[in-house]
Amino acid sequence: MNIYADNAATTKVSEAAINAMTACMKDSYGNPSSLHSEGQKAAKVLLEARQKMAARLGCDPKEVFFTSGGTEADNQALFSAAALGKKKGKTHIVSTAIEHHAISHTLDKLAKQGFEVTLLPVPENGVVEPETLKAALREDTCLCSIMFANNEIGTIQPVEEIGKLCRERGILFHTDAVAAAGYLPIDLGVLPIDLLSLSAHKFHGPKGAGLLYARKGIKVQSMLEGGSQESGKRAGTENLPGIVGMAAAFEEACGEMAENAAGLKALQDQLIAGLEKIPHALLSGDRNRRLPGNVHFCFEGIEGESLLLLCDQKGIRASSGSACTSGALEPSHVLLAIGRSHEIAHGSLRLTLSHQNTEEEVSYMIEAISEVVTKLRQFSPVWKDLEEGKKKHAI
Amino acid sequence: MLYSQETMDHFLNPRNVGSIPDANGVAEVGNTTCGDVMRIYLKVEDDVVQDAKFETFGCASAIATSSMTTELIKGKPVTDALKLTNKEVVNKLGGLPANKLHCSVLAEEVLKAAVADYYQRSGADVLSTEL
Repeated sequence: MNIYADNAATTKVSEAAINAMTACMKDSYGNPSSLHSEGQKAAKVLLEARQKMAARLGCDPKEVFFTSGGTEADNQALFSAAALGKKKGKTHIVSTAIEHHAISHTLDKLAKQGFEVTLLPVPENGVVEPETLKAALREDTCLCSIMFANNEIGTIQPVEEIGKLCRERGILFHTDAVAAAGYLPIDLGVLPIDLLSLSAHKFHGPKGAGLLYARKGIKVQSMLEGGSQESGKRAGTENLPGIVGMAAAFEEACGEMAENAAGLKALQDQLIAGLEKIPHALLSGDRNRRLPGNVHFCFEGIEGESLLLLCDQKGIRASSGSACTSGALEPSHVLLAIGRSHEIAHGSLRLTLSHQNTEEEVSYMIEAISEVVTKLRQFSPVWKDLEEGKKKHAI
Repeated sequence: MLYSQETMDHFLNPRNVGSIPDANGVAEVGNTTCGDVMRIYLKVEDDVVQDAKFETFGCASAIATSSMTTELIKGKPVTDALKLTNKEVVNKLGGLPANKLHCSVLAEEVLKAAVADYYQRSGADVLSTEL
């Protein structure tokens, strides 16, 4: 049994992406910066990939800057927007307590450089409230960065409303769309988004490829010194196979989005309903406003790493936000931000499905996870105290 | 692989799981905030650990070190149990990843605390018989 249910970590590369990449490596091996025919052939392939991405995103190809992935795009977006703000004497940045580390750690660095950062709290459902944002925006706010959808608990943020609030005030709005791209419709021709990051390997593309969208007129800062690739915004020979693979995967994901979303929603509903039957289990994040395929639970009285490894033994590949799996001593900052106690956050399990998962797999997962939770609770002193009434159940 | 074969074996098939109703040395260490809680039960007769059981809330290394610790002290004099170090437990498990070593420290702590509990209880017994 091998059930891959960790698609928020990374996805299996699609056949279309593999074929496009193989063809690219065989036939378009030139350097897009070279003036000779082989170089120009590669430059054409690069341009086509840019056009495909732009078409699916509803933007101009000139607004697309290829990067090594989501992290680089996030870094570049934040540093660029902060620098633009500073020029105008605006040094306040607003973000949320549930961002990916590519955002939160970059903000930490900006804070050390003198920027003032406000992290908005989120209510228990993990969805940012526009009113909270409105209250936090100031005269000197230069940037607002809020993710399109959360990578852990899958909650979809009200980016349109957020973008409007920012635009009315002349504040740049960046969104980390790494978890959302390929799963939710993103039309930059309509949405008031100024900067957006995405990563190929989250939608069945290859690792090491991503992009930063920057609305026309926004001066993006180069993070690397070197050649003048990507209009001087990203030095270094382009990862052409990666970029081509990303474009192929994105076209496929967008083309099949509605169909995939419907299938994923059905599997998600089945999995949530099944896991909710486990006593003292709690779904994390809003039930409706969530990415199709994201299922996140906290199980009381047990610890996430044990849970994850026992699931792995049963053939289920999942992830957890427990301290032991993060490599840090703290459980997931997202779970703490939605008000989960440390104790509850330690017992978390994230299952993220793809269109390749099946109903049979979901049924198996429900049964296997129920068994694993029961097994761990059998020798958990915390669970024993709860069952004997020495402590009160929190969920 | 994150964990050694021996650690995985003790995690997947933990030995001496559960409690001892008439234990005469019991202790608990850790807390749910940090993510590990270990409880150990000892049944000591004539200063020899006749039985040892554990209950653990924690990651694979916490469960494996609890399991190995109970295995290593069963049938041994309590004085030997007191001498057991986390290093020995880790070695027996074929090593632990660096960021998991603190789990083995907890196992040593809980064992020492359980033996201390035994000594305290037997001391109290001696006192009551004298009275």
